[in-house]
Amino acid sequence: MNGPFEFALRLGDDALIAAQRLAEWTTRAPEMEEDVALANIALDQLGAARLLLTYAGELEGAGRDEDALAYLRGDREFRNCLLVELPNGDFAVTMAKLLVLSAYQLPLYTALAGCADERLAAIGAKARKESAYHLDHSSLWVKRLGDGTEESHRRMQAAVDQVWPYVAELFAPDPAAPIDPATLRPEFDATVADVLAEATLTPPETSWAPAGGRDGVHTEHLSYLLAEMQVLHRAHPGAAW
Amino acid sequence: MYGNDFGAPEEAPGGGLLGEVEAAEAALREAAARQRRGGPAPDDDLAAYFAGVVEADQKIEPRDWMPEAYRKTLIRQIAQHAHSEIIGMQPEGNWISRAPSLKRKAILLAKVQDEAGHGLYLYAAAETLGVSRDELVDLLLSGRQKYSSIFNYPTLTWADVGAIGWLVDGAAIVNQVPLCRCSYGPYARAMIRVCKEESFHQRQGYEILHTLSHGTPEQKAMAQDAVDRWWYPSLAMFGPPDGESTHSAQSMAWKIKRFSNDELRQRFVDMCVQQAEVLGLTIPDEGLRWNEERQAYDYTQPDYDELMRVISGDGPCNRQRMEHRRRAHADGAWVREAAAAYAAKRAEKKETVAA
Repeated sequence: MNGPFEFALRLGDDALIAAQRLAEWTTRAPEMEEDVALANIALDQLGAARLLLTYAGELEGAGRDEDALAYLRGDREFRNCLLVELPNGDFAVTMAKLLVLSAYQLPLYTALAGCADERLAAIGAKARKESAYHLDHSSLWVKRLGDGTEESHRRMQAAVDQVWPYVAELFAPDPAAPIDPATLRPEFDATVADVLAEATLTPPETSWAPAGGRDGVHTEHLSYLLAEMQVLHRAHPGAAW
Repeated sequence: MYGNDFGAPEEAPGGGLLGEVEAAEAALREAAARQRRGGPAPDDDLAAYFAGVVEADQKIEPRDWMPEAYRKTLIRQIAQHAHSEIIGMQPEGNWISRAPSLKRKAILLAKVQDEAGHGLYLYAAAETLGVSRDELVDLLLSGRQKYSSIFNYPTLTWADVGAIGWLVDGAAIVNQVPLCRCSYGPYARAMIRVCKEESFHQRQGYEILHTLSHGTPEQKAMAQDAVDRWWYPSLAMFGPPDGESTHSAQSMAWKIKRFSNDELRQRFVDMCVQQAEVLGLTIPDEGLRWNEERQAYDYTQPDYDELMRVISGDGPCNRQRMEHRRRAHADGAWVREAAAAYAAKRAEKKETVAA
């Protein structure tokens, strides 16, 4: 790993791709209040992405700003985890993804807030408050759906089962990084275990641990996501918006 | 005073109209301060009391007696306004995933989120009249209540997002600023908040178009094309000409409506002309010229036959918008049921603990 540049890029790409997926829900949420909430969370993720990508561009020193990094890289150059690029699925899958993401981002940003790099510390301090809300929101929905109706329980359990294999990639050890993700795993495990228990859901057991996102080897989904996100920007090279 | 304090059109939109909203807010506070105490006496004539409150430019509140037709008119109008906010999220939401910069993406996402908030706020205002949001949503989904026809046009390019902000939000504000002085208190208060946010949206749309029209030739062409397509549908947003408007006269008497469709349409045209010049874009109307005598612009009327066709369901996107809304509602049913079941279980547990 290439120091803080690579680290900021990973976090920024996680947030950007998560924002893109969450924003897909706009006008499609199960309740109007949820349309507002999901847009809000997407905006938080997008805000963090912009700060992180801007900083990554500065660390790289090659003159790339947030838009150059977001719009002019191909999928093999993206460094996000596979979890965030997975399609939204139904509302249960989206909430399972958000639970995992926020239970990972909260301790990560909290640790970042105390790190030696001032810029990363400032970003962490801002983003951790938002992550706390994302975790609260997703936990509540996982409990509602898990302990709601028979149908919602079935869907929520299926969603958790589907998403769980992608957890391992988030915590792959990286001792050289400003924050080693492996050190965050115990807090994540404790958080999600409580939520699943209260939601009457069975913690999935999985030996499959897909990975590769941090090296630019993604699922088939990311290229389509980027094609849509980048189409207009790329159609007008050099234009200002 | 109201109605004659529209300043000259300004370079950047929003400012003059925002001033109007603030004046309406001040008037609302004043009206509240001189509100009659305690409502009508037991032997008062309720209809006379209602007429007196309207006459004195004070506010009718949910607890007050009101004519059934007044209540019905307000429910219809507020609900249609709420539906318009919710359906209106679709044409702009169409560009969130493809917004050309992260900054524009964030602004657009926040705007569409505001519209969801406006919808919620307006449904809540309608609920003060004794109807539930679920009933109103059913009326929308079954096609028995309408939403603004403008949202039945497609957003084909990024510039459409700018044109919607500048023209559609601009027309909406011109329409809504007088509603900040509507005789029904909850609606007037809702409109004050909505108008403040809408004026930001209009400014953002204007900025998008300004950037495009000062960008590459392709970008400028994109902006002009969007204005060409959105101009007349925006003029049609003010409704049919005064002679053909079915709801206007009674609404004026009740002070729900304060200006006629044609008065508001004229105000909108006058506001846009100078802004278009600054944008460097052409309003697609060869008949547009200053009329010294009227102190207003002469302009070509929109095609009202087209408006009627779109209202009756045959616009380019009517079916698409309704199908999208119905699908989202149907797909979310199991989630809403789960939330209700979970809440019921929690309430039961609480009761058990309390017992």
